[in-house]
Amino acid sequence: MRKITLITSVLLLSFSATLAWAETPEEKGLAIAKEFDRRDNGYIDTASDMTMILTNRHGTESRRQIRLRQMETPDDGDKSMSLFDEPADVKGTAVLTYTHKTKSDDQWLYLPALKRVKRIASRNKSGSFLGSEFAFEDIGSQEVEKFTYKYLRDEVYNGLDSFVIERDPIDRFSGYTRQVVWIDKAEYRYQKIDFYDRKNVLLKTLEYNKYQQYLNQYWRSDEMYMVNHQTGKTTKLLWSNYRFRNGFKDSDFDRSSLKRAR
Amino acid sequence: MLVSWMRSCRILLVLFYLIFSVVDLSASENSSVKVEWSGYIGLESRVFVDDPLLPVQSANSNSIAFQPEYYREWNDGRSSLTIEPFIRYDSGDNERSHGDIRELLWLTVGDDWELRAGIGKVFWGVTESQHLVDIINQTDLIESIDGEEKLGQMMIDLSLIRDWGTLDLFILPGFRERTFPGEEGRLRTSLVVDTNRASYESSREEKRIDYALRWFNWLGDWEVGLAYFNGTSRIPQYIQNGSALIPHYPLLQQTSLDAQLTLDAWLWKIEAVSRRIEGEYNSALTGGFEYTQAALFDSDIDLGLLVEYLFDDQGKQALTPFEDDVLIGARLALNDIQGSELLAGVIQDLDSNTLAYSLEASRRIGDDWKVEVEMRLYDNIAADDFLYAFRQDDLVQVEFRRYF
Repeated sequence: MRKITLITSVLLLSFSATLAWAETPEEKGLAIAKEFDRRDNGYIDTASDMTMILTNRHGTESRRQIRLRQMETPDDGDKSMSLFDEPADVKGTAVLTYTHKTKSDDQWLYLPALKRVKRIASRNKSGSFLGSEFAFEDIGSQEVEKFTYKYLRDEVYNGLDSFVIERDPIDRFSGYTRQVVWIDKAEYRYQKIDFYDRKNVLLKTLEYNKYQQYLNQYWRSDEMYMVNHQTGKTTKLLWSNYRFRNGFKDSDFDRSSLKRAR
Repeated sequence: MLVSWMRSCRILLVLFYLIFSVVDLSASENSSVKVEWSGYIGLESRVFVDDPLLPVQSANSNSIAFQPEYYREWNDGRSSLTIEPFIRYDSGDNERSHGDIRELLWLTVGDDWELRAGIGKVFWGVTESQHLVDIINQTDLIESIDGEEKLGQMMIDLSLIRDWGTLDLFILPGFRERTFPGEEGRLRTSLVVDTNRASYESSREEKRIDYALRWFNWLGDWEVGLAYFNGTSRIPQYIQNGSALIPHYPLLQQTSLDAQLTLDAWLWKIEAVSRRIEGEYNSALTGGFEYTQAALFDSDIDLGLLVEYLFDDQGKQALTPFEDDVLIGARLALNDIQGSELLAGVIQDLDSNTLAYSLEASRRIGDDWKVEVEMRLYDNIAADDFLYAFRQDDLVQVEFRRYF
């Protein structure tokens, strides 16, 4: 019996070694994305504040103030609630999103002046988020299943040993053909993403700066900087006041809660 | 009527003051109180393209509106109080100079229930051209002819949020009369509606306690609401009395259905009501779709196309002008820094070919200002159409709002 086990183990070992050796760029890319996802798993929920600074080509600035709440759901994408505080005319507006791993997301918009909750077409993902250089799909939860992957190369980026992978959105309504992502090997954090538009021309670059670690595990960037190469416009996201494990419940992310979220 | 309404408001205010002071004491211990002030001041100009139908009616007018909101939250956000008064002064129409308490609402939230008490506003429904199903609040018609502005309604609303959906139980004490333009006002019936002489089917008149139930649920791409309302109709009938129209508010039992199916870029919508007034049944329906082409020509612009059919089986006797009409409209969102938006549409009466055009556009200026432009044009109005009295009332309206 022991001998058989030994033989099996040897066989298995050599088999997996062969696999590792024969790992295709697609498999390696997917493995990196899965490892990234695994490391961020179990955060349970977060709340945070975001200041969005929009700058146009002429350097004119405009600010947005948003509060975000996010919660993991078992076996599916995250649920999130965005509450708008500024500009003043959109104060009280809220967006609730249920991200799904495979099917399209569910999204609701609350308009405080009319007290109206509107289910909106989530296909609208390539659209700009509040006039910024971030599209809805850049803001939403980045589920592994939403892309196909390909490992490209190793590279030292910002002094960090990094993987460079390509990921292609599966959703045909995405605004991108592909994204090239830099992830540092030590901590698996996004360092940079290049976005290529539907014509496969470089459209935007997103840089992640000022990472902080929470609960000894979860890394969050305090400053994200998006440059649109085609228009010269930029958007900076400044994150603050990250709080983990707030004890959010499903009822904090349902349609009724959208009407009273403040 | 106004007096009794004011009296009720006063009682409520006192009640809230009491709750408030108790809450204040308990809240000071756990210090999780959040207080916010917000709102806007609006300067509005209304330009009527043509001379008025009657010499007594005003030409162009200017007005100023103020709507502050006080919000206070305690108990880790599980209790809150919202107070939102509204006041407008209008140079063209005495009746349009008016005020209201849009909200004076206390909310407390449990794990699977919510309780609201006070004066509040509730929206039901899915369509854009008209809101058949939306019945809790009276329309503040004098604010806007589109029927989207509502008066605050006194209510107790218990919401049960369960796996099988959300069930709302409403008790609605106190009826609000619809507002109408005065003698000098525009966009009115040729005979002035005399709101001082309103009559009711209920012997308790505006003091009758109405109630309503609504069940709502969503599953996958579907959202469905079923509702029942038993009370005084928000839409009046009109009785001619000399040179005035007397609004008469009958009792109404209304059962309604509203549903939306969201399929990629398509929103399919339907609202249907069955009304029972004075023993007679009547039904009405709005249905259609909204299709949105996001990122038009690879720009940031979203273009939506709206088509809705509006039907009422009472034909020309219907309570609304839309008994066999079609709305065709377009919604444009530039998704720019200023949040520029435009909604334009035309409602055509399929029998008389009366055309009612509308355009609403808005754009932020700087961080705190917003300009809103509204146009309402009427064309080809048949003499038997509800809108015939508006034939000289093509309107262009510009409002500058300062938000704080």
